[in-house]
Amino acid sequence: MHSFQFDVAHLLASGLVLASFMLLYQDRMFGVINVFVLHAVLLAMAVAWQAYVQDAPHLYITAAIALVFKGTVIPVALYRIVRRLDIHRNIEKVVGVGSTMLIGIGLVSLSIAVMLPVTHRAGAFTSEDLVFALAVVLLGLLMMTTRRNAVSQVIGFMSLENGLILAAAGAKGMPLVVEISVAFSVLIAFIVIGVFLFRIRERFDSVDVQALDRFRGDRG
Amino acid sequence: MGIAVALIVQGGQMMLVLLLAPLLTGLVRKIKARLLRRQGPSVIQPYRDLLRLLRKEVVLAQTASPVFRAAPYVIFAAIWVAAALVPTFATGLMFSWSADLIAIVALLGTARFMLALAGLDVGTSFGGIGSSREMMIASLAEPAMLMVVFTLSLVAQTTQLSSIARFMLEHSVGLRVSLAMAVVALLMVAIAENARIPVDNPATHLELTMVHEAMVLEYSGRHLAMIELGAALKLLLYVSLIGCLFLPWGLARAGDDPSAYLLAILLYLAKLAAGGGLLAVFETSIAKMRVFRVPEFLGAALMLGLLAALLLFVSKSF
Amino acid sequence: MTNPASIAEPLVLIVPAAAAAILALLPSYRISSKLNVLATLITLSAALTLVVHRPNPSAYLLVDDLNVFLIVLNTFVGFTASAFSAGYIEHELENGKLTPTYLRFYHAMYQVLMFGMNLALMANNIGLMWVAIELATLTTVLMVGIYRTHEAIEAAWKYFILGSVGIALALFGTIIVYLAALPVVGEGLDAMAWNVLTTRSAEFDPALLNLAFVFLLLGYGTKVGLAPLHAWLPDAHAEGPTPISAVLSGLLLNVALYAVLRFKILLAANAGALAPGPLMVVMGLASLSFAAFMLYRRRDIKRFFAYSSIEHMGIATFAFGMGGPLANFAGLLHMAMHSLTKSAIFYSVGHVAQVKGTQRIKDIGGLTASHPLLGWSLVAGVLAIAGLPPFGIFMSEFLVLSSTFARQPLLAVPFAFGLLIAFGALIWRLHKMAFGDPGEAKHVPGPSGLKLLAVFGHLTLVFVAGFYLPPALTAWFRHVALLLG
Repeated sequence: MHSFQFDVAHLLASGLVLASFMLLYQDRMFGVINVFVLHAVLLAMAVAWQAYVQDAPHLYITAAIALVFKGTVIPVALYRIVRRLDIHRNIEKVVGVGSTMLIGIGLVSLSIAVMLPVTHRAGAFTSEDLVFALAVVLLGLLMMTTRRNAVSQVIGFMSLENGLILAAAGAKGMPLVVEISVAFSVLIAFIVIGVFLFRIRERFDSVDVQALDRFRGDRG
Repeated sequence: MGIAVALIVQGGQMMLVLLLAPLLTGLVRKIKARLLRRQGPSVIQPYRDLLRLLRKEVVLAQTASPVFRAAPYVIFAAIWVAAALVPTFATGLMFSWSADLIAIVALLGTARFMLALAGLDVGTSFGGIGSSREMMIASLAEPAMLMVVFTLSLVAQTTQLSSIARFMLEHSVGLRVSLAMAVVALLMVAIAENARIPVDNPATHLELTMVHEAMVLEYSGRHLAMIELGAALKLLLYVSLIGCLFLPWGLARAGDDPSAYLLAILLYLAKLAAGGGLLAVFETSIAKMRVFRVPEFLGAALMLGLLAALLLFVSKSF
Repeated sequence: MTNPASIAEPLVLIVPAAAAAILALLPSYRISSKLNVLATLITLSAALTLVVHRPNPSAYLLVDDLNVFLIVLNTFVGFTASAFSAGYIEHELENGKLTPTYLRFYHAMYQVLMFGMNLALMANNIGLMWVAIELATLTTVLMVGIYRTHEAIEAAWKYFILGSVGIALALFGTIIVYLAALPVVGEGLDAMAWNVLTTRSAEFDPALLNLAFVFLLLGYGTKVGLAPLHAWLPDAHAEGPTPISAVLSGLLLNVALYAVLRFKILLAANAGALAPGPLMVVMGLASLSFAAFMLYRRRDIKRFFAYSSIEHMGIATFAFGMGGPLANFAGLLHMAMHSLTKSAIFYSVGHVAQVKGTQRIKDIGGLTASHPLLGWSLVAGVLAIAGLPPFGIFMSEFLVLSSTFARQPLLAVPFAFGLLIAFGALIWRLHKMAFGDPGEAKHVPGPSGLKLLAVFGHLTLVFVAGFYLPPALTAWFRHVALLLG
C-alpha cells in the first residue's frame, strides 16, 4: 500500500506544515526565530529526500542552500538584529491564537481540497508534495497578515518561500533555473531585509508595523 | 465450554482492572516521592485508604440532594465499565463488540457530567469553581479526544476498539505522521482528563490550583472511596488505551492458547508499570500551568488531532 | 557576415548590466547621469535593430510579435526617463533631498531595473521571466524608499510585502504550468520554454492550467495593480522619486501585464481550460470603477496620477478579458499609449512639484500663467490620458467600447460610466492646476524647452497614433490578438 519512501516524504512534508503551525502560535521573538530554524532544517531534509527519490542530484544543492542560508546564516543575522536594535521582544497579534489556528486548519483543508484532485494524476510524490507546499505557502501568508511586527512578517515571508521551494522540488525534473531563482531570492531577501530593518530602526523605536501605520499616506 | 471460558476471561479482565487500579496510583505516587528524595507511602497504601474510607461514616451536607448521593455510584459504574472494555491483555473478548471508542468516550463523559453536577449540588463555592473549570477543560478535551478517535478509525476503518487494536497489531502501519500526532494529542488529553500536572495537581488542596479535588471536597466515607477508585480506574483506562492502541505488541488474540494469555498479562503489567513510571517522571519535571493557559494546551491537542485527521486524507487517496 | 540580430539581442541585456556595474563604482553624479542616458540610448538602438532583424528563439531568449514592440517601448521610455532623471536629480541634490552616495546607488539600480525588465520581456523560459520580474520589483522597492522619510519607508515596506506575496503566488502558478507541461513535453528546459509551450498547450491538463492561471493572475495581477491587490501602488508612486514613478507606471505595470498575457495565450489554445475572460473582466472593471471614484478625493498630485494608472491598467485588463480580435488589439494599443502618456505626465508632474515646491494639488494653481510651457504640457498630457480625441488613448478606449457593445452590451454601461467619471475627475483637477490663481509664491524658473522635449516627444507619438499606426505594428497586434483568443 504505502512504500517506505512515500512515508518518509509524507513525514517530512507534514512536519513542515506542523512547523508552520508552530510559527503561528509563538509569541516571543526568539521563539519565532528558533522555530524558523526548525522549519528550514525540515525543508532541507524534505528536499534532500526528494532528490534521493527522484534521482535528481541538483536538488541536493537546493537542500544545502536551504540549510546553510535559511537554517544558519539568516537566523544568526536576525538574532543579531533583534539584540542590537533591542526590538520589542513580544509579538503582538492581530487575531487571537485560537482563531489563527482555526483559520490555519481551514487553509490546510482548502489546500488539500484544491490541490489533491488536480494533481492526482501526477503521481503520489508530486501530489502530496504540492498539497503540503500550498498549505505551507498559505500558512506563511496567514502569518504575514496576522502579525504586527516587521521581523515576524519577514519570517512569515521566508516560510512562504520555503513552501515554494518544496513545491519546486516536487515538480519532477524542473531545470537548474529553479535553483538559481531560489538562491537568488534568498540572497536578495536577505539584503533587503537587512537594509530595511536598519532603515526602519533609524526612524522608529520598535519594528512595530502599527507605528508605521501612523504614516499611512493614502489619506492624501 | 467456549462460552464459559470466554466469560471467565472477560470477567477476569473486569476484576483485573478493578484490582490493579489502586496499585497503579500507588506506584505513581511512590515513584514521584522517590524522585523527590522522599520515602513516600507504600505502593499498596491506596488499598488501605479505600478500605479505611469504606468503613467510615458518610457525612452529608444538609443541602445535598439525591443527585449528590447517587453520583458516586454512577461515576464508579460508568468508569468501571469503560475500563473493563478496553483491551488490556487480549482482543476479541466476549463483550468487545460493545467496546466502541465513541461509547467509551460517552461513558467517560457521563461520569464527568455527574461529577460536575455533584460539585455544584451542595452549593459551596469550591464546588462551583471545580465544576466550572472541569467543564472548561472538558469542552476542549472531548473534541480533541474525538479527533483522535476519528484519526484512528480512519486508519483502521472501524471504531470498535478491539478491532483497532488488532489492526495495529497485525498490519504494518509504517511511519504514519497522523498516528504520531494522534498519540501526542491523546497523551495531552489523558493528562487533562486525569487531572495530572500540568493541568491539575492531584495532591493539592489549594483553591487556586484545584479542579478535580474541588468537586469532591464534600464527599466522605464510602462515597469518597468510590470516587477515588473511579479516578484510579480512569488513569488505568487511559494507560491501557494508549498501550493497546500504540504499543499493541503482546496482545493475545481470541483463540490463542493460555500461555499466550499469560505472556500478554505479564506484558500488560510491564506496560502499566512503564506508563506509571513515565507519568511520575513527567509530573516531577514540569510545573503546573496557570488555569487560563489550559485552553491553549488543550487547543494544541485539538489542533494536532484535526491536523492528524486532515493529513490522513492526503495519504489515503493513493 | 554575422546576423545583426544575434549581436543586438544580447546587447539589449548586456549594456544595462554593464552600465549598472560601472555606475555603482562611479563617484561623480554628473558623469553618472550622463552615462545613464548614454547606456539607455545604446540599449534603445539595439532594440530598434531587433525590430528589423528578428533573431531565432534560443533556449533562454525569444523575440516575437508580442514582445518586440514592448521591448522598443521599454527602452524608449527608459531613455527618455533617464534624460528626465538627469535634470530632476540635479534639482533634488540642490535642495538636499538626496546625497551623492545615494545617487550612485540610484543610477546603478536604474540600470539593473532596465536589465530586469528587458530580460523579463525577452525571456523564453517561464522561470527566467519570473526571476527577471522579481529582480525588477526588488530594485524599484529599494528606489521607492530612497528618500528615507517615514512615509517613504512605509510605502517601500508595503510595496515589498505585497510585491513579495504576488511574486510567491506567481511562482506557484509557474510551477503548476511546468507540471501541466511535464507529461506532454517531458522534463527539462523545453517544458518551460514559451515557444514550445504555446504550440503544445492544447494537450495540457485543463484542471492544472486553470489552477495555475488563478495563481498567476493573482500573483502577477498584484504587480499590475489590479484592484483589490493595488494597495501598494499609490504609496509607491507618491513617495518614490518621480522618474521611478514614471518607469513604474509606464513600464513595470506593462511588463507584469505582458506576463499575464503570455499565460493567457496558453489557456486560449486549450479547449478544456476555463475562459479566463470573465475573471479578467471583473478585475478590470473593478479597478476601473474603484480608481475612477478614488480620483476625486486625492490631494497629492502623484497619488492622483497613480490611481489613474490603476484605472488604465483596469481598462487594458478589461479589454483582454473581453477577448476577440478587436478588443485584444485595443488592449495592446492601450498598453503602448498609456505607457507613453503616463510617463510624459509624470515628467511634467516632476517639474511641477519641483517648481512649486509641493505635491499637494491645492497648493498648485495657475500653471499656464506662471510657467506657460510646463502648464500647457501638463494640459496636453492630461487631455491625452483622459481619452480626448485624436490622441491614441481615445482610439484604444473607443475600440474597447465598440467591441464590448458588440459582444456584451450590458458590460459597456459600467465601462463607459467608469471612463466618464475618471474623465470628470481629471478635467476638474486639471482646471484647478493649470488655470486659476498662481498664488504669491516666489517664482522659481521653470524647466527649459529642452527638458520638456521628452514630454512633447511622447505626446506627439500618442497624438500621431490616434490616426496612424505603422503597418508593421498593426500586423503584429493583429497576430497577437488572434493568439490571445
